[in-house]
Amino acid sequence: MLIVTVIILSVISLFIGAIDIKPSDLLNWESLETQIFLISRLPRLLAIILAGAGMGIAGLIMQSLSRNKFVSPTTAGTLDAAKLGIIISMIFFTGMSYIGQIIFSFAFALIGTFIFMQLLERIKFKDAVFVPLIGIMYGNVIGALSTFLAYEANILQNVDAFFQGSFTLVVSGRYELLYVAVPAIIIAYIYANKFTVAGMGEDFAKNLGLSYRTVLNIGLIIVAIITTTVILTVGIIPFLGLIVPNLVSLYLGDNLRKTIPHTIFMGAAFLLFCDIISRLIVHPFEIPVNTTVAVIGSAIFLIMLFRGKAYAKK
Amino acid sequence: MRKNSTKLIILAVIAITCMLLFALYDIQGGFSYAFPKRLERMFAMVITGTAIAFASIAFQTVTQNRLLTPSVMGIDSMYEIVQTIIYFALGSTSIFVVSRYLNFGVSIIAMVLFALILYRFLFRADKHPIFLLLLAGMVIGTLLGSLGTFMQVIIDPVEYESLQARLFASFMNVKTELLFLSAGILVLAFLYGTRILHKLDVMALGRDNAMNLGVDYDKMVLRILILSSILIAVSTALVGPITFLGLIVSNLAYQYFATYKHSVLIIGASLISIIALVGGQFLVLHVFNLTTTISVIINFIGGLYFIYLLLKESRKAG
Repeated sequence: MLIVTVIILSVISLFIGAIDIKPSDLLNWESLETQIFLISRLPRLLAIILAGAGMGIAGLIMQSLSRNKFVSPTTAGTLDAAKLGIIISMIFFTGMSYIGQIIFSFAFALIGTFIFMQLLERIKFKDAVFVPLIGIMYGNVIGALSTFLAYEANILQNVDAFFQGSFTLVVSGRYELLYVAVPAIIIAYIYANKFTVAGMGEDFAKNLGLSYRTVLNIGLIIVAIITTTVILTVGIIPFLGLIVPNLVSLYLGDNLRKTIPHTIFMGAAFLLFCDIISRLIVHPFEIPVNTTVAVIGSAIFLIMLFRGKAYAKK
Repeated sequence: MRKNSTKLIILAVIAITCMLLFALYDIQGGFSYAFPKRLERMFAMVITGTAIAFASIAFQTVTQNRLLTPSVMGIDSMYEIVQTIIYFALGSTSIFVVSRYLNFGVSIIAMVLFALILYRFLFRADKHPIFLLLLAGMVIGTLLGSLGTFMQVIIDPVEYESLQARLFASFMNVKTELLFLSAGILVLAFLYGTRILHKLDVMALGRDNAMNLGVDYDKMVLRILILSSILIAVSTALVGPITFLGLIVSNLAYQYFATYKHSVLIIGASLISIIALVGGQFLVLHVFNLTTTISVIINFIGGLYFIYLLLKESRKAG
């Protein structure tokens, strides 16, 4: 069912855009339409699917590790920390290569999330709502720091454009970094059960013979890798990692082995859907996809908060 | 009480020093050009600071908590949305866009209505826990903010440019033409405010006690919510959103004055607010030589302070 949805949305995604491409055009290998299809449409589709699936998995891992339904890259400072890393690399290392930016952003995303997880361990009051609230504030503080640096270096506008979250620039040659998310997702699948056990707490995990620290670190590294690759190729995609795993667990429960495949497909479907809306609403122009994601995502999150109070409390 | 009046005088002296420094320090060349400009900006900050302090404390008293403010609930993003909707529905040549006063009036009315609907939903009889309200408020803020952006990008890019420049204020782009109107609204609000100060004191005792003492509680709540929405609208129209200012100054005032008297709290918070804005902007511009606006710094400090307050509150709850 979910797979069928993804396929349908993919087909729609492939055939909408500023230039009308009909399936029959693709029969002619040399035609302009085929070129556009191969250089722009197909990479874009792959990028959306990878980004959607990746952010979904990143959220799922964070939720199992923290045993809190509302912890995700959006609500734990991961996105903001990665952004801060990129801004610092832009300002202080102007000549820095792409690889350098990747490493910087990755390091910041990792450290930022790690600090939040440490903070979380120290908070006695592990309320389902309180934890993401602290996480959002933590992200805001990092965000203010980013804005401050961007202001001082006078690159605020570049930065805004950079993080706008757009698939318009995704053409072949510019999105391949996203493939790094594939092994990350596979590792997540292999470690799925261990994440669940680690989420039970350090003592419990150790009793079951699990190296708690190692599993925790692997989880956070995967999250940081996925977040970094998504931010650097398509920009900030908020809320997806928060709501998609929750929607899946509503009908499938919390067994990670089962929920990971569904999270992958639902993440992809969600982002495809948002992207299609962004492209159709002001056709032939486009709305930044992160705006659409934020509108739909925050609305769904609000509904979850008020409708599912009992469910959120576990 | 005497001690508190001394504290108020100290704050007033600091506030005036900040204002003098801001207006006169290192003024070079065309005094006749720079001085009025500085005065205008300073005046805008004083109005904003007072409006936010007043609105936040009154709001916190009627909602019976010290962590919520209208800004944290996303009310100031509403201003942007209302502006965008007017622009979106009526176009850039409409009288509601061209006439600043009409535009201001319509936005305030729309904003108050929006705010009341939101409050009705959030503060229903079955009380939501405070952390849920806060998180919901933050998410509503995000939702409104991105909804605003969403509508703005749908608008023709050229129109969007003019919308940005004409309607949205920031500390870089203070809407001085609205200064007198805002000052007028603020004076009216204060006149009304002084009449209800003692009622606010009574309402701080809670709904049942206040009603026993003869306060028409529900009617007053409604009025105060409307009043605080108008004040936030005024400040947002002048200098743009400053999310955490109200939260910082109200809580500092509670801590510093240790009283429940709203006359002291509101004046004190207003003075702290003026010191933070005018003094902060002075430090940023002349001492640290930064180009940042004070709102970025307030968001940074305010965020940290908010986390501290939350952790303190959670110890009580847990």
